Amino acid sequence: MTYSWDFHSVWQYYDLFLWGLWISVVYTFGSIFFGIVIGLVTCAARLSSWKLLNVIARIYQEIFRCTPLLVQLLWFYYAFPLLVGGSMDNRVAALLTLALYVGAFYAEIFRGGIVSIDRGQHEAASAIGMSPGQSMRRIILPQALKRVLPSFINQSVIQFKNTSLVSVISVADLAYMAAVVNGQTYRPLESYTLMAGLYIAMLLPLTQAADWIERRLRVSD
Amino acid sequence: MNMTTNSTAAAPVIEAIGLQKNYGPLEVLKGLDLSLERGEVVALIGPSGSGKSTFIRCLNMMEIPTGGTIRFRQKRVGDRFRDKGEDIGIGTLRRHVGMVFQHFNLFPHKTVLENVTEGPIVVCKRPKAEARELAMDLLAQVGLGDKHAAYPAHLSGGQKQRVAIARALAMEPEVLLLDEVTSALDPELVGEVLAVIRGLADKGMTMAIVTHEMAFAADVASRVLFLDQGVIAESGSAEDVILNPQNPRLQGFVARFRG
Ligand SMILES: Nc1ncnc2c1ncn2[C@@H]1O[C@H](COP(=O)(O)OP(=O)(O)O)[C@@H](O)[C@H]1O
Ligand SMILES: [Mg+2]
Repeated sequence: MTYSWDFHSVWQYYDLFLWGLWISVVYTFGSIFFGIVIGLVTCAARLSSWKLLNVIARIYQEIFRCTPLLVQLLWFYYAFPLLVGGSMDNRVAALLTLALYVGAFYAEIFRGGIVSIDRGQHEAASAIGMSPGQSMRRIILPQALKRVLPSFINQSVIQFKNTSLVSVISVADLAYMAAVVNGQTYRPLESYTLMAGLYIAMLLPLTQAADWIERRLRVSD
Repeated sequence: MNMTTNSTAAAPVIEAIGLQKNYGPLEVLKGLDLSLERGEVVALIGPSGSGKSTFIRCLNMMEIPTGGTIRFRQKRVGDRFRDKGEDIGIGTLRRHVGMVFQHFNLFPHKTVLENVTEGPIVVCKRPKAEARELAMDLLAQVGLGDKHAAYPAHLSGGQKQRVAIARALAMEPEVLLLDEVTSALDPELVGEVLAVIRGLADKGMTMAIVTHEMAFAADVASRVLFLDQGVIAESGSAEDVILNPQNPRLQGFVARFRG
């Protein structure tokens, strides 16, 4: 049996695909932005000498690292509103969950980068009279950020793919739109192949860039 | 020289009084006293684990002592970064007391010149052009004027250590602490670093030097301290301590290094 491909009927809905793609990009960058903020705060809490902060940050990280993102989305959309009384917009739930999820991983990446810097660097900075803040900003962070850039980009690529899960709470991202087009055209092979192609088109340049950066960093060390 | 400089020359720059340091139940320093006068070079010798590093690191508060006091220019050093009341802060102390490490600890993301200007610009807030000029002078002084644009990764161990010395000197310190600064170097590179330190001693730099180079210690130090099991077991001129030791443990120690 030979299947007769018909991308034409699917492509008639290109505006839905492009809109879906735009929504995926918005959720990716939005959640990455808030995720960086959450990640930095969590990282600072983990490295703080205040035990209570360590514990709180740790609990947050483990909750979000040890439950599937799909479960988190369902929980924030369906369960959380009952807990606080009221309702939750699905777009807010989606962004909140994505940001909290990626923030937990970013925190670990940042922390790993900072503790990987040799103690002697901080000592040398202190020995010329730098304050702990100056030593962190001028000596530790620049080296740590350079070291974690590849894993940061890697986690961000995963985040782009993860946004596809928000379709389960009816956020109209690329995956959601593909399902809509499939419903209209009864052409699952074309609809979902086109969707996959669009994800690849978005992410291939990013993974290539990550590899390139990693190679360059290795040379300059 | 006028009267005031003469009178301050006799007063100690930095002092340790009854210095103690414990790590939990482990007593590393058991009440040490040391007083360094301007221009004095003190060598600290002793077996590995005797507390030499801990001692020298307490002098700039890299380790916080668990007992005793550090005094700098006759003022007590407090436990805060900033000055408070009569006490001077740890930050102030470190601005005037430089340190050079066994493993150099150069900043790998900065050029040789930036390593040296970092302290003057960031800590002392000196103008960039002035800091550069000072740094270039110091690099020339340690024989690395042509390496200012290189990154530390491209230097030999001996060159790295000379940059580290220039970085410490850029703060224009009153005291320089050196902790086994040639121990991580290939034998053929030791001489170039020792020559720089000897030059500093000749110019009157006040220094505390932890070293296993007995001949060097005997040559440059005005006083030698033998540290053993957390106490100063013997101290005196290089002649007395290294060439003519009395304490039997010191005799054994010196004999091993004479080799
Ligand atoms: N951070 C630390 N925690 C626990 N013990 C330490 C620490 N630093 C040094 N010590 C111990 O203190 C003793 C003296 O160490 P150190 O001052 O480095 O000796 P030295 O420089 O003379 O070889 C050693 O027994 C060492 O194991
Ligand atoms: Mg040591």
